[in-house]
Amino acid sequence: MTLLQVSDLTIEDGAGTMLVDGVSFSLEKGEILGLVGESGSGKTLTCRAMLRLLPGDGLRIRRGEVRLDGADVLGYDEPRMRALRGREIGMIFQNPASHLNPVMSIGSQIAEGRRIHFGASRREARRDAIEWLRQVGIPDPARRVDNYPHEFSGGMRQRAMIAVALACEPRLLIADEPTTALDVTVQMQVLRLLRDLRDRLGLAVIFITHDLGVVAQTCDRVTVMYAGRLCETGGKREVLAAPRHPYTQGLVTCQPSSDGGAGRMITIPGQPPLAKRFPTGCRFHPRCGHATAQCAAVQPEMLPVAGSGRHEAACHHRMEGTRAGRDHVR
Amino acid sequence: MSASSAPLLEVEDLSVAFPVSQGLGFRRRLVHAVNEVSLRIEAGQTWGLVGESGSGKSTLGRAILNLEKPRSGRVRFDGRLITGGQAADVAMLRRQTAMIFQDPYSSLNPRQSIGDGIAEVLRVHGKAGGTGLTARVNELLVLVGLSPEQATSRPHALSGGQCQRAAIARALAMEPRLIVADECVAALDVSIQAQIINLLMDLRERMGLALLFIAHDLSVVRRLCDQVAVMYLGRIVESGPARDIFDHPLHPYTAALVAAIPEIDPDMPLPGELLRGEPPSPVSVPEGCTFHPRCIQARPSCRQGPPPALRRRGDRAFACVLHEGDDGIHPVTKGA
Repeated sequence: MTLLQVSDLTIEDGAGTMLVDGVSFSLEKGEILGLVGESGSGKTLTCRAMLRLLPGDGLRIRRGEVRLDGADVLGYDEPRMRALRGREIGMIFQNPASHLNPVMSIGSQIAEGRRIHFGASRREARRDAIEWLRQVGIPDPARRVDNYPHEFSGGMRQRAMIAVALACEPRLLIADEPTTALDVTVQMQVLRLLRDLRDRLGLAVIFITHDLGVVAQTCDRVTVMYAGRLCETGGKREVLAAPRHPYTQGLVTCQPSSDGGAGRMITIPGQPPLAKRFPTGCRFHPRCGHATAQCAAVQPEMLPVAGSGRHEAACHHRMEGTRAGRDHVR
Repeated sequence: MSASSAPLLEVEDLSVAFPVSQGLGFRRRLVHAVNEVSLRIEAGQTWGLVGESGSGKSTLGRAILNLEKPRSGRVRFDGRLITGGQAADVAMLRRQTAMIFQDPYSSLNPRQSIGDGIAEVLRVHGKAGGTGLTARVNELLVLVGLSPEQATSRPHALSGGQCQRAAIARALAMEPRLIVADECVAALDVSIQAQIINLLMDLRERMGLALLFIAHDLSVVRRLCDQVAVMYLGRIVESGPARDIFDHPLHPYTAALVAAIPEIDPDMPLPGELLRGEPPSPVSVPEGCTFHPRCIQARPSCRQGPPPALRRRGDRAFACVLHEGDDGIHPVTKGA
């Protein structure tokens, strides 16, 4: 069952530049979707737009639809939107230290959502807070509930922020680079926690990341963005093992595998364009080894890759039959 | 190079400690950020220094360059004593080593064009001057993959990757024999990260420089480095050739780190629990082997006494009681 349907979402800045251009994707209940791209690709902006939390510098949603269970969220008035934020769609961030209130105990921050959205009493909310700390794997939650964020380690703060978000029982969790600042060992624990919560609660998750290794281990489907547009979307197996967009292929090959490989790394030449200077046609064409005159002139549409159901790529060539030159992807 | 000649850098039993105030007491406690660390870096070698945050890897890198005052131990560079050594020897170290940091925007002067920043290094160290100065600046910019026209740009006008290239050009200006790179690709996008790794590989081959590459991303370390040292709570718990360490880790901590590398392989499940809990605070280091509270193979004897001494096996060393008495090495297997 489709939980979230984003269609043709387009965000422009004050100067009329399309920072996010025609982005569409959908999410099923209990599905984890990886939203992948480099900095400035518009992945965070896309997710903030769903909550209508665009930063104030003249950014606005120019067109598009965000439907949660069929209801058009972008048409909500502000009170309805407030009831939705946190309650229906929760969000967690890269840096829990800056998103938890430093002068409020962890327990109170979890309880706050229970009291606002569920009308729980003080006592009930505290009991719920302890239960949620237990759910996210904080040891000795009855004692930890009165701790302040500075008394938690980095990994525990990330768990606490997940507890704050999940205590409102959202149907959709947006996780914006939640493990980027963590050590690999702790990252593994948080990834396992998110998978486990999805399995137990049927939670749908949009996982924003730049790390395809994390996508491979955590997500069901992947959507790749470049310079504000979609490049490729599909099941993680199709996208990672047989990417059809040259940018996705580049991303897959430019990360060293855990066995290291040898010699020079395959890179994507150049760098991502600035919003003011987005190229015409396919925005990736100046960095693409396969670009033709058509790529510079005509913007490619997202089209299905022949022979597979939900695998789509926005490339004129769609790299028929080629596979990434990655030795270990089997 | 003959085996008897002095290594480029020799670190012996180096310890660095910082005072911390604890609560309301007036007792001054020490955080032992680096604890009796020994390391030899030969000319042209690339060492990876890995470990979780708080393991002391950055402090060790800074102490090697005499940017932290050690509590005990010695650092020798090119055979000359640096710790407590002559001012002339420290000056020699400064001329022959350089450091690259994680965030190029904060390590470069925001009000100075990148060309001027490089020229400043060249002038101060007497590497170039007068008419040759501009030519050398341009040469360095081209070497790191920037164009001479970008010499007039200030750091904020450049992207993160370009800015890190400028920081590398500035480090190369003094023609160092050793570069300490502290998480120098961690803040960059993956496509740019690969470009910088390739640049470091090129420079290593062309200039024969030694590199101490401090990173938490083990897959990058494996690609770039030929030697690896793993730190945990201020101590090196395992070191040796990169390929051996990654293929057959001997210390359970190394094994857990290697297994936790996310692999771009959709068919590989998340590995099982290899490590309990999180890195403890270096302020209160556990008794015995400092790793025992998180170790899945800990024995009762690991909980007390001094931490296990480094044991040598050929060109490898590890600090763990496992593999005791067996000459054949039984590595801690991945996914165990």
